[in-house]
Amino acid sequence: MSSTDRSASSRMRDLLRQPAFWGAVAIVVLLVLNTIKDPSYLSVTVSPTTGYLVGNVIDILRASAPILMIAVGMTLVIATGGIDLSVGSVMAVGGAVSMQFLSAMGDSTSVGTALAAIGLSILITAVLGLINGALVAYVGLQPFISTLVMMLAARGIAKVITGGQNTAAQSEPFRWMVNGYVFGVPVVFLLAIAIVVVVALVVRRTALGLMIEAIGINPKASRMAGIRPRGLLLTVYILSGALAGIAGMFSVGTVMTVDVSQTGYLMELDAILAVVIGGTSLAGGKFSLGGAVVGALLIATLDKTVLFLGISSSATPAFKAAVIVLLCLAQSQRVRSWFARRRSAPPPASIATSEPVREGVAA
Amino acid sequence: MMTESQPIVEMRSISIEFPGVKALDDVAFRLFPGEVHSLMGENGAGKSTLIKALTGVYRIDSGSIVVAGTPSEFHNTADAQAAGISTVYQEVNLCGNLTIGENVMLGHETRGPFGVDWKATHKEAQRALKRLGLENLDTRMQLSRLSIAMQQLVAISRAMAVNAKVLILDEPTSSLDAKEVEGLFAVIRSLRDQGVAILFVSHFLDQVYAISDRLTVLRNGRYEGEYLTAELPRAELISLMIGKDFSTLSAHGGGRRSDDADEREPLLTASGFGRKGVIAPTDLDIRKGEVVGFAGLLGSGRTELARLLYGADRADTGELEMHGAAVEIKSPVDGLARRVAYSTENRRDEGIVGDLTVRENLILTVQAKRGWARPLPRKEQDEIVARYMSALNVRPANPEALIRNLSGGNQQKVLLGRWLASKPELLILDEPTRGIDVGAKAEIQNVVIDLADEGMAVVFISSEVEEVVRLSDRIVVLKDRKKIDELVNSPDITAERVIQIIAEHGENAVDEEGEQWRMPDQSAAESRTNESVASEGVQS
Repeated sequence: MSSTDRSASSRMRDLLRQPAFWGAVAIVVLLVLNTIKDPSYLSVTVSPTTGYLVGNVIDILRASAPILMIAVGMTLVIATGGIDLSVGSVMAVGGAVSMQFLSAMGDSTSVGTALAAIGLSILITAVLGLINGALVAYVGLQPFISTLVMMLAARGIAKVITGGQNTAAQSEPFRWMVNGYVFGVPVVFLLAIAIVVVVALVVRRTALGLMIEAIGINPKASRMAGIRPRGLLLTVYILSGALAGIAGMFSVGTVMTVDVSQTGYLMELDAILAVVIGGTSLAGGKFSLGGAVVGALLIATLDKTVLFLGISSSATPAFKAAVIVLLCLAQSQRVRSWFARRRSAPPPASIATSEPVREGVAA
Repeated sequence: MMTESQPIVEMRSISIEFPGVKALDDVAFRLFPGEVHSLMGENGAGKSTLIKALTGVYRIDSGSIVVAGTPSEFHNTADAQAAGISTVYQEVNLCGNLTIGENVMLGHETRGPFGVDWKATHKEAQRALKRLGLENLDTRMQLSRLSIAMQQLVAISRAMAVNAKVLILDEPTSSLDAKEVEGLFAVIRSLRDQGVAILFVSHFLDQVYAISDRLTVLRNGRYEGEYLTAELPRAELISLMIGKDFSTLSAHGGGRRSDDADEREPLLTASGFGRKGVIAPTDLDIRKGEVVGFAGLLGSGRTELARLLYGADRADTGELEMHGAAVEIKSPVDGLARRVAYSTENRRDEGIVGDLTVRENLILTVQAKRGWARPLPRKEQDEIVARYMSALNVRPANPEALIRNLSGGNQQKVLLGRWLASKPELLILDEPTRGIDVGAKAEIQNVVIDLADEGMAVVFISSEVEEVVRLSDRIVVLKDRKKIDELVNSPDITAERVIQIIAEHGENAVDEEGEQWRMPDQSAAESRTNESVASEGVQS
């Protein structure tokens, strides 16, 4: 075997070990499935009347926008060793605030009103995130409990805001943000990607990412190194809340109506799945925003595939679960090494050594 | 009390290897019925590993374990229990929300035709408690209502309920006061007289001498010997534990004492500085450009005092002055702001951030002091990395390697670099040379001397007394969580002298204080991590 072969095969092995790679594979497999059912599935055409790009792939991108938002926030929270179960409910708050504000103002063409609605919505959801962060960082409650409480509370808050109604509103600029196109591409997807890029730049160009990883990997050592965890925890929970608010607006904007009991319902689970698919460990530590993007795109693809293949709505959750279980199996080191052992009797040493060495010498 | 008949447990040439480390190397251990046998050794000596090999938590790589004459192989703790070996850990491993009787019988409940026969179970528990003289306890009372000392005794009852022939007590006294220790010892003696073989581990020398018939000493994973307690003087035991031949120790005297040290400006003055249950109020002076050694055994308070100075733990009595002004250090952030740096003895749990790179670990504290919003420019990072990686000779010289893949010595050098990069005035090094190879050790010792020559104050803590004597200008001697002496170093100060001070202090008065200073928060935390390591080991 020549040396280039070896480096190519070792690069291949590295790639196989990338969880996000398997997420990408899963997206391709789903798209192929859809194409088998309808060979024209992947075609993207330019609508002759509007000049917009039209096609199933474009629909998937549009649908992925809210998931992208909450997945990014969730990634940072999980990296600190926490979890944010409230994002789905906070989405409902974000949607409710914007719809209620717009319907109260009643000015369907003003850009200023739409921006005010967006700003107010982000502000309020950021405050909800702040409460989560304060409970975790200052009160010392477990993130699971703090955000579980917020998950219940926020849905209630959304209902209070709209008075229990599914408020609808008219606002052309707001509708454009979610349903419009720029250069033929959905605005909402471009916005989502822009926000992801901004968050990624802030996290990686400042020391925020490093410190989040440090407290997620070894909180004790981080404290001894002089890192103050509180500010970091507040920051990530606030960010997660605000991003959930944006996701809520993206989600209600398609029909310009907030459904206070359905908007964002169970979306926290999609976000957690996207994070895990992207290769960030639920135990915290090293995180991958790129992986979360792949995860969010996969969830969106999966949702659309379920519809497209005509899987009966009652079987939808089971189908989704099956795909995710298969993916997790493919990502699992243990399963892959088991298959490798079955293929060839001597297991490759690299798999054995790639297991993290956790054992220490006990005195 | 001892019968030189047949040992109930005999471990021969036990070796256990962890990735990169030989935790036990050809260790022997014997335990006879009706004796209390202490396992002695400093941190990392292999005591816990040996116990875990005996209880089936770790698999042995080579050697043999013979229990009651039959060669045995334990795959898990249940195997060991079935062979009559029971363990009581330092942390009470019981369920506070269950009753005393349920705790004693958990997993061994008496079964009737309709599931558990609770009446019979409680009766059985009562019998087990009676064996320890605890027949007055109501077995239907909730466990958490008992004191820690009583819970400890319930834990022993539980261990004995399975008819244990061997009882392992791992640091059972660490959270008990003197009176409670006496109560525990009475129970231990009565079990011994019933023929139970007891393996006892404690950091408190006085207790070891009070209770045990025989000692086995381990050091750095190696067997140092088995002795009758009555025939082994304390000073000799200590030198066995720290690994210096007692007779050769006296040859080396300390010499680094600089003449002008007394006139130097004091950097830090502590008066009555301490924390209840952790370290007795202590007076301490540290001057610029001097190395102050903390000498003492594990659990003597050497680490505890250092942690208070840095703010890793909070002091609750006394005052601290730096540069003549009163200061309060309540957290590592405060410590760093006062330009104090503390390099932990617990490198893996409190030192390195394993999944980060060497570069990230090096700059972590400098970055933490700046806050996350002001990232350290790449150029300055590279400067820090270049300076300390070459000055400290870190291998491999790849700043992008994950620190957890480095050897212990190189991890230690990276951590030293991290603290030096924060430009401290007072650098506290807690066991900086433990578990690292000889070359790295000499390099670190040289760095310490250079730093002091440049005017930095250094507190140097090591379980190797000789090393402390060689490097220090002044030596603070600690024992049982108290400062017992302070020596100005000079050629006639030797490790032997320091050990004698430790051995002789309070030799004849175990409980002279009434209340002893103990309750090691930290070693309790350590044992918890050890247990979690153990459970991972079982799963994999």
